Amino acid sequence: MLISNLEILPDRRIVRHIGLVQGSSVRSKHVGRDIMASFKNIFGGELQGYTELLHESREEATARLVEQAKSVGANAVINVRYSTSSIAAGAAEIFVYGTAVELEST
Amino acid sequence: MIELGFFIVFLACGFIFGQRAEKRHFESIIKREKQTISLPVVASKYPPEDQLYDQVLVSGNVVVASDYFKSFTAGLINIFGGRVTPFESLLDRGRREAVLRMKDDAISHNADWVFNIKFETSRIVTGRAGAIEVLAYGTALVPERTSVASSDTSTADNLVTSPAISATRTTPAT
Repeated sequence: MLISNLEILPDRRIVRHIGLVQGSSVRSKHVGRDIMASFKNIFGGELQGYTELLHESREEATARLVEQAKSVGANAVINVRYSTSSIAAGAAEIFVYGTAVELEST
Repeated sequence: MIELGFFIVFLACGFIFGQRAEKRHFESIIKREKQTISLPVVASKYPPEDQLYDQVLVSGNVVVASDYFKSFTAGLINIFGGRVTPFESLLDRGRREAVLRMKDDAISHNADWVFNIKFETSRIVTGRAGAIEVLAYGTALVPERTSVASSDTSTADNLVTSPAISATRTTPAT
């Protein structure tokens, strides 16, 4: 499965545009992490727990996008965009969407 | 009285550790930016058509927290208005770090370029004070293995074969 945030694939021909596919994931860390984070807020610096959390969350959202794209018979998703919104303390929603297309097989 | 004591201690901690962390972070960012300067990151949507590339989505993210001193001074600046420099440097750090991580991801794929870079910034709510998350993502262009092999063999008789190859490759695109 090809995933790209470009709209053009110079060497491949798009046979069929299938439509919008998406994936989302809402995750939060346990309270211990949140307490650690509030300590970090005094000293500053990177919150590695949250960096990991959001990274995993994004991978999960992308996996769902891929799953959906496969189910509609696509072999590539182009023009992929991410969007993040924090919905509550320590929880964030990751949303990923793109256009599912069928590429000419080489 | 105790509260005031805590406040002063937090402020001092924030100032000393926060400034030190920021200085160190900037030093490491500048160092790594120099190391990865060979990988161009472009905001263009249109990939080059002279060579065949595989497209891979690469990304890098980072969550950076503001320190107590920054939050306090930002609050003060908020009263009078103007440039909130403590947060400007925080966001700058976050963005450059995210780009560096994205570049590391691209380098691990042996990419030649990163195209169509996009940024996403969001505020992560962590209790009282804030932290920001910066995501940088783009499409890494990895030279196709087949094309690498063919270009290797064609380097010897480059002048002879290259016009023919470029002609066949540009025709489907136009």
